Amino acid sequence: MQKENNTFKKSVKAAFISSIPIMAGYIMLGMGFGILLSEQNYGPLWALLMSVTMYAGSMQYVAVDLLASGATLINTAIMTVMVNARHLFYGISMIDKYRGAGKKKFYMIFGLTDENYSLLCDAKVPDGADKHTYGFFVTLFDHFYWITGCVLGAVIGTVLPFEFKGVEFVLTALFVAIFTEQWLSTKDHVPAMIGAGSTALCLVIFGSENFLIPSMLAITLAFMVLRFVRKEKKTDGE
Amino acid sequence: MANEQIIHSLLIIAVCAVVTFALRGAPFLIFGGKRGTPAFVSWLGKVLPYAVMGMLVVYCLKDVSFLSAPFGLPELAACAVVVLLHVWKRNSLLSIGVGTVFYMAIVAFI
Repeated sequence: MQKENNTFKKSVKAAFISSIPIMAGYIMLGMGFGILLSEQNYGPLWALLMSVTMYAGSMQYVAVDLLASGATLINTAIMTVMVNARHLFYGISMIDKYRGAGKKKFYMIFGLTDENYSLLCDAKVPDGADKHTYGFFVTLFDHFYWITGCVLGAVIGTVLPFEFKGVEFVLTALFVAIFTEQWLSTKDHVPAMIGAGSTALCLVIFGSENFLIPSMLAITLAFMVLRFVRKEKKTDGE
Repeated sequence: MANEQIIHSLLIIAVCAVVTFALRGAPFLIFGGKRGTPAFVSWLGKVLPYAVMGMLVVYCLKDVSFLSAPFGLPELAACAVVVLLHVWKRNSLLSIGVGTVFYMAIVAFI
């Protein structure tokens, strides 16, 4: 019993420490969203509803435009698929890692944002922590920061004070740090190069509005080729 | 706000929420059953984190203009700080924190 209690405490503590960079990023980005939303005459209650039920960064920004223009539901669904299709990739890498998470799994899947995925995809769990408790609390803490930011922005409803300019870079820094950590922890750099290379190429070809889905297709295709080539090599060697 | 607009707004939010959740959950529903995950999907799941992190870094920099001043230099310099510090110390909080403060300092002077 005592031991179980200890594991729980360690998991929650580790989750909180991992979530610190996201605290700064989510509160600032969330505030940006809340401000935009309130400019369209949707107040804090709307910000609360959206951040609780959607829990999606860029999609909530897009949703402000959808609300303001009174978009049709079909167009709303299409836009959501376009912006959030990348989450399909996240699910694919978490199927085996979330196995056995029980009731927590439903919420962890619901909360699979870019940032939560980045923290949880390498499944390295701090010493003495339980991986599912840790994953659940990372998701929960980050959700809480996001809701706080969104509602706060809608309450304040004005532009951010000058001193905080650039703080949203914390999320870019997070992805760069994790990219570097992954690079250092493996000898096989082909997957990382496929991801960055295909996306950069598609950004140049399709422009910043429409490059995500082509990038995902290019990455999938590249991996199919890679697997085929590596299998051939193996057979040759034998 | 008119009642009709409130109802339509609620529906828009519901569609966004349901579709987002469906995208996040679909792989679990399709491949997560008791029959086990197909070998290619399982392998894809192992290599995708590396590719996705590359994709997200590019995604974050998508609106940076590299063809006009300041040519994305603040972003590139700050990313370099994060990488170098991380290679040196391997401490995520430190690399992220210093990189962000460095970036904030640069944009404050531009």
